[in-house]
Amino acid sequence: MEEILQMSALELSKQIRHGSVSVKEAVEACKKQIQTSEPQVHAYVSMDEKILAHRIKEVEEGIKSGRYTGPLAGVPIAVKDNICTRGQKTTCSSKMLENFVPTYDAQAVKQLEDAGMVILGKTNMDEFAMGSTTETSAFGVTRNPWNPEHVPGGSSGGSCAAVAAGEAVMALGSDTGGSIRQPSAYCGVTGLKPTYGRVSRYGLIAYASSLDQIGPIGKNVKDCAALFEIIAGHDSKDSTSADVPVESYDSLVSGGLSGMRIGIPKEYLAEGCDEEVKKALADAVHTLSKNGAVVEFFSLGMVDYVIPAYYIIACAEASSNLERFDGVKYGYRTPGATELHEMYKKSRAEGFGEEVKRRILLGSFVLSAGYYDAYYMKALRAKGLIKKEFDKAFQKYDCILAPASPTTAPKIGTSLSDPLQMYLSDIYTVAVNLAGLPAVSLPCGMDSRGLPIGMQLIGDCFQEKKILRAAAAYEQLRGEFPKAWAKEEK
Amino acid sequence: MAKQYETVIGLEVHVELATATKIFCGCSTKFGAAPNTHTCPVCTGMPGSLPVLNKKVVEYALALGMAANCEINRYCRFDRKNYFYPDNPQNYQISQLYLPICHDGHLEITTENGKKTIRIHEMHMEEDAGKLIHDEWEDCSLVDYNRSGVPLIEIVSEPDMRTAQEVIAYLEKLRMICQYLGISDCKLQEGSMRADVNLSVREVGSDRMGTRTEMKNLNSFKAITHAIEGERERQIELLEEGKEVIQETRRWDDNKESSHAMRSKEDAKDYRYFPDPDLQPMQIPTEWMEQIRSRQPEFQEERAARYEEQYGLPAYDASILTQTKHMADMFEQTADLCGNPKKAANWLMGEGLRLLKEKGMEAEDMDFTPKHLADLIQAVEGGKINQANAKKVFAKILEDDVEPLAYMEKEGLLMVSDSGAIEGAVDQVLAENPKTVEEFHSGKEKVLGFLVGQVMKKMRGKADPGMVNELLRKKL
Repeated sequence: MEEILQMSALELSKQIRHGSVSVKEAVEACKKQIQTSEPQVHAYVSMDEKILAHRIKEVEEGIKSGRYTGPLAGVPIAVKDNICTRGQKTTCSSKMLENFVPTYDAQAVKQLEDAGMVILGKTNMDEFAMGSTTETSAFGVTRNPWNPEHVPGGSSGGSCAAVAAGEAVMALGSDTGGSIRQPSAYCGVTGLKPTYGRVSRYGLIAYASSLDQIGPIGKNVKDCAALFEIIAGHDSKDSTSADVPVESYDSLVSGGLSGMRIGIPKEYLAEGCDEEVKKALADAVHTLSKNGAVVEFFSLGMVDYVIPAYYIIACAEASSNLERFDGVKYGYRTPGATELHEMYKKSRAEGFGEEVKRRILLGSFVLSAGYYDAYYMKALRAKGLIKKEFDKAFQKYDCILAPASPTTAPKIGTSLSDPLQMYLSDIYTVAVNLAGLPAVSLPCGMDSRGLPIGMQLIGDCFQEKKILRAAAAYEQLRGEFPKAWAKEEK
Repeated sequence: MAKQYETVIGLEVHVELATATKIFCGCSTKFGAAPNTHTCPVCTGMPGSLPVLNKKVVEYALALGMAANCEINRYCRFDRKNYFYPDNPQNYQISQLYLPICHDGHLEITTENGKKTIRIHEMHMEEDAGKLIHDEWEDCSLVDYNRSGVPLIEIVSEPDMRTAQEVIAYLEKLRMICQYLGISDCKLQEGSMRADVNLSVREVGSDRMGTRTEMKNLNSFKAITHAIEGERERQIELLEEGKEVIQETRRWDDNKESSHAMRSKEDAKDYRYFPDPDLQPMQIPTEWMEQIRSRQPEFQEERAARYEEQYGLPAYDASILTQTKHMADMFEQTADLCGNPKKAANWLMGEGLRLLKEKGMEAEDMDFTPKHLADLIQAVEGGKINQANAKKVFAKILEDDVEPLAYMEKEGLLMVSDSGAIEGAVDQVLAENPKTVEEFHSGKEKVLGFLVGQVMKKMRGKADPGMVNELLRKKL
């Protein structure tokens, strides 16, 4: 069993396809790990044993019959609970959708099932993906597998914690402002936020439609590249989906560092960035430049406008996207209402948590008559200018290197009391969403408390290959990163 | 002297498009299905669903915009109009505010006062809402989302109309264009055309607009006319009493023939419009525009002119026949098949319209094979049936689309050309009317008409009157 947990997803699938490990054994290994660490970590919000048992059989037969031949066939995967799974509860970790069972699969889910992957269960998250700690979940906090007193990050905290704790071999997350990259950094795993439009959003319960993107979370860069290849591609059901061909994962991660030009925005290492994070990044720079990459500092403009522009746009879209949760068609309905507007008000007041309500109010305000131009339009203009700053940078550099977060994982209970401070900690991640860029987050060190430090490599639109290639090369030079679950057992 | 008032009217017209599928999903737009059977995750606002624009809707909007002489926003996009109501599954309607597809057009209308140009402010595409059904017995409300996502075009006019007559002429013109384009059947009663009337009054000569009200729920031309008259009077009365007109939305009650206030400007909603991030802005390519332009049909004016020219019809006939594309198509096919355009026109305009009116039907409901009418016309012209019987056959064609020759034969309506049968009847009549025969011989030639009539009666109208005449004279 332990042997299975040690394997990468690609290695595990190979063994399954060769018959040396069964799909059932792979799932059992994860389930055993779930039994051990889930009481402490709480990465999952739901698992459906019946569906899982049925699926194991289906995949085992599919592999035997030659239906599933892909590089990740048979691999157990966890799915963030804002991605629709037909017949399986999809709650967005909200009381509002506590009992919501979708009638259809998200396109990304369909694609990973077509590739013969096995969905283990649905993972915890910040309610409706609004948060950076997975503490705003209506179903309890997820704890960092490295240290249960700390948060796993968010909003894809459950997915990242599940992979870090060995409770899943891989996971799907979603990233609107850093929700894959920041928890990947906090949990010491690898996560990719693809270019906007790469992965269909059909079936992803929207937080901010123009920024949301589904992406892979895994143990290493190559696993993520393989999952990325599976879920990416044009989908006619999503009008914002891009029709750009995706290379095979092997080619995505090959090429090495030689000749790569990497820029570091010096504004990112100014005040606010933790010294230990800076130190880890400096070590990474040293490794990269010693091995063929040219790394230099440059000045990235508009950095001060990134957080306000992001929160205006994201909240504006969220305020509209979340209007459909009204107690009429599905989801939570208050028992205590006698007329329509009372039902709306009470259902939403009781069904949504604090952070969600805060963002709906913020968003409604910036869209209201008389404020639209001053806030929303201005934020859209800022978004355009931020994109231009990146365009300029990518004329010079293949990748941009940056910390994934100014600090390592904070302690549970220390973030929510000061939402503004929490928003500010998204400084290195949100610009990527505003500009629609791809970025990969991977571990690059440990702080003195034994918590992982993550760095991200940001690429130009549809240039996943460049960042994955650099990340894979760095990963090899860095060497095997310790595993949280292995550490626990010691 | 009492003050003279002028009515100022602008219209917001919603036209439901006759596309096969909805505007943002593949569900059918067909009317009358069992509740919530033409639905999917998109048009019921399920979490995670996304809209995909139906290109046909854009094509129809462009065609209508071109027909109404509009400027086209080649770069256009959709906006969300946010408001909570259970018939609106997302609680926002996907519509267009900032960059509507068409703007600044105009239509020419004709009333008894002559021609007039009505300017069009803009046209935009949007989705329809579902339908709420209130169950009084169960004390609950039910929602049917079959209509949710059915495509609409909203046409906003400038306040250029002054009378109910002009309003009706404008709506008829708009309806005619939509029907010629085949983009909507525009039925007010069924809601495929809906008009909201914005109305204000001002003293004649004033160049300032009065405060306007918006009237909703107008389901017929009659209701529109009455609502305009009623609202004009209500506003004038207020002003005469020294009171102010309140800017508000009013709902017309067809049974009471009066309106009541729904909501005032103070509690007007803030729709928090913003561009829909789920739909990419559209850049309408030149080739597409050209394609649509080249496919524009021949509209009423051109067609009427052609009928005068090609078929030698009087202007009046040409204008009546082209009022609906359907009637014009029926006419043209019939005329070409029977080779007698004037007769085809006479049948359709005379008996055709008379029968439709009698049955309370619209020209659109005229549904028969043009060949059948052509055959009937040829039968009449060839003396195979008399006019009176031909009318009966036509009524039957209109009703059941019967094949006229077979029907005439079956019903015994064909002319009798067998001289033996007619001769028998002539002999009988002569024998039954000796006094009249005497009168004839004494020089009263006029009585021949009576005798012809008697023979025709015996023949139940199916004899050729010429032949009857000839035989009578011979026998007398």
